[in-house]
Amino acid sequence: MSKIVQFVSQNCGKITPDSVEDYIENGGFEGLKKAFTLKPTEIIAEVKTAKLLGRGGAAYPAGAKWEQLLEIPEFPKYIVCNADEGEPGTFKDKLLLSQDPLRVIEGMTIAGYVFNSNDGYIYIRGEYAAVQKSFQKAIDHAVQQGYLGTHILGTDFSFRIHIKTGAGAYVCGENSALLNSIEGKAGRPRIKPPHLAEVGLFSKPTLVNNVESFAAIPIITQLGGEKYLSYGTSDSGGTKLICLSGHAAKRGVYEVPFGVTLRDIIYDPEIGGGIRDGKKLKFFHLGGQSGPCGIPEQLDTPYCYKKLRAAGLAVGSGAVVIMDESICVIDYLKSVTEFFIHESCGKCTPCREGNQQLYNILCKFADGHAVHEDFKIMKRLVDAMTNASFCGLGQSAAVALSTCLTYFKDEFEAHINKKCPAGYCFQERESGK
Amino acid sequence: MSGFTEFGDENMPTELTSSRILAIVDEKGKSKEQLLSILLAIQKESGENYVHEKWAQIVANELDLSLSKVYDVLTFYSMFSTGPRGKYIIEVCKSTPCYVSKSDVIAQIFENELGVKMGETTKDNLFTLLYTACVGACDIGPVAKIGEDVYGDLSHQKIAEIIKTYRGGFECQK
Repeated sequence: MSKIVQFVSQNCGKITPDSVEDYIENGGFEGLKKAFTLKPTEIIAEVKTAKLLGRGGAAYPAGAKWEQLLEIPEFPKYIVCNADEGEPGTFKDKLLLSQDPLRVIEGMTIAGYVFNSNDGYIYIRGEYAAVQKSFQKAIDHAVQQGYLGTHILGTDFSFRIHIKTGAGAYVCGENSALLNSIEGKAGRPRIKPPHLAEVGLFSKPTLVNNVESFAAIPIITQLGGEKYLSYGTSDSGGTKLICLSGHAAKRGVYEVPFGVTLRDIIYDPEIGGGIRDGKKLKFFHLGGQSGPCGIPEQLDTPYCYKKLRAAGLAVGSGAVVIMDESICVIDYLKSVTEFFIHESCGKCTPCREGNQQLYNILCKFADGHAVHEDFKIMKRLVDAMTNASFCGLGQSAAVALSTCLTYFKDEFEAHINKKCPAGYCFQERESGK
Repeated sequence: MSGFTEFGDENMPTELTSSRILAIVDEKGKSKEQLLSILLAIQKESGENYVHEKWAQIVANELDLSLSKVYDVLTFYSMFSTGPRGKYIIEVCKSTPCYVSKSDVIAQIFENELGVKMGETTKDNLFTLLYTACVGACDIGPVAKIGEDVYGDLSHQKIAEIIKTYRGGFECQK
């Protein structure tokens, strides 16, 4: 039996992305039509039944988030779609935005109807400039055909969607930083509370969800929460778009039902297809740069929120980066930490300085100058960053390092003795790295 | 407009005139929330991929912002530059999925082909070579982004062809 499904991604690659006719022919806007026959509380009940957990990475229950916003009496409310897909190894939102934009538009419009909101914003990262243009076309066509804009489908409900661009800042994927960026400011995160449901965009109550979350809304509304839930496991509803990269034989975006194993994801001929060039799997990195790394012994873990968490792993953004035996763990972590040094907004000290100090220590290991005391210093740094950083970026920046310290302690020890098991460090290289 | 000083276009750093800056502000919308898209549009039209202080000042005046607020944005986001760069920005992705696909070797090939180091601009002001974080094309890594286009599965031969194409295009436009 095939391990992959086509549910949220059913139209991708099959229809003309900005064609309303094509979209409707494939069941498009049925969710919106159904939504207009339901009360907002009924729609939220379906989202809760579906057990849709935020697909951006934080896995916050969408139903609970929607319920909280519904209870807030202040208006206007804003609907914001987080399309700042900057998590390395993640490119699934780009697939939806570029190949089935009307599904995202429909999902946002249903949310607009639920909260009696007239304005939605989609924040698309600056690096996706081409996607911004194609998405605008889809918006224009939806407006022309009466599925967006004023008096949608002849009702009293009006909803506009505005595209806002990013300009290169990973931290804007954090929802409060993203709202600051939409407002035209530097994208530094805000302190919480107050929560964005109370004080969000332009200080008004705001819903922020990921692209993939919004794309699931039309399906949940149309088919019901039970049906959506049934695709996944009892606690992780539905399906997940996963992104395979690194040394996977077949890199790309695949939609899988929750519950398939990591082994299926990496080795199934329909999904990852094993390791490139017939090499051996050394480790994998899940959910983005801030996610944990895992080892071959964990391959039978089912891919769902609960089971992965129990195994010290995570779904995160859906990124699955595969590393073969040629990769040195220390060198890999240097690359991860370099990323966080670059992307730390600098607002708080634990993140700004912690990443830099971790990088310095990793360099000592790579150069063969590390001592045992460095393990203790790293642990102190990781504790400070995890507990005292201002936002999720700093709090989770050292997760990959922590997991690798657990699984690859021997490899760190070997570097103290100037030996690199992967045969990468301590080599003469032309590049002079 | 308070504090707005009109200055002669002959003083402008390149061909972008103050009236053109004002037109861009009008096109994008004269409100603070449009700051990023206004600055990106100015940078694109500059031909040298940057935002000059004088242009930033005009935008600040129009949106009723202080110059330092505009610079807060210009220096926060990695896509902006406050100094001139090449006509084409070549950005080699160095995030881990590309890194494990040997993006360091790719970066070196670009350096050799262009005769510049990372962060530098070629003498003819045609190319600036930079590193970038993930551009969301990890399925075809190692990748480089040039303007809005992403080139994947890079090899020495592919890189040579890409550079040749951009050089050729430049000559045709002349």
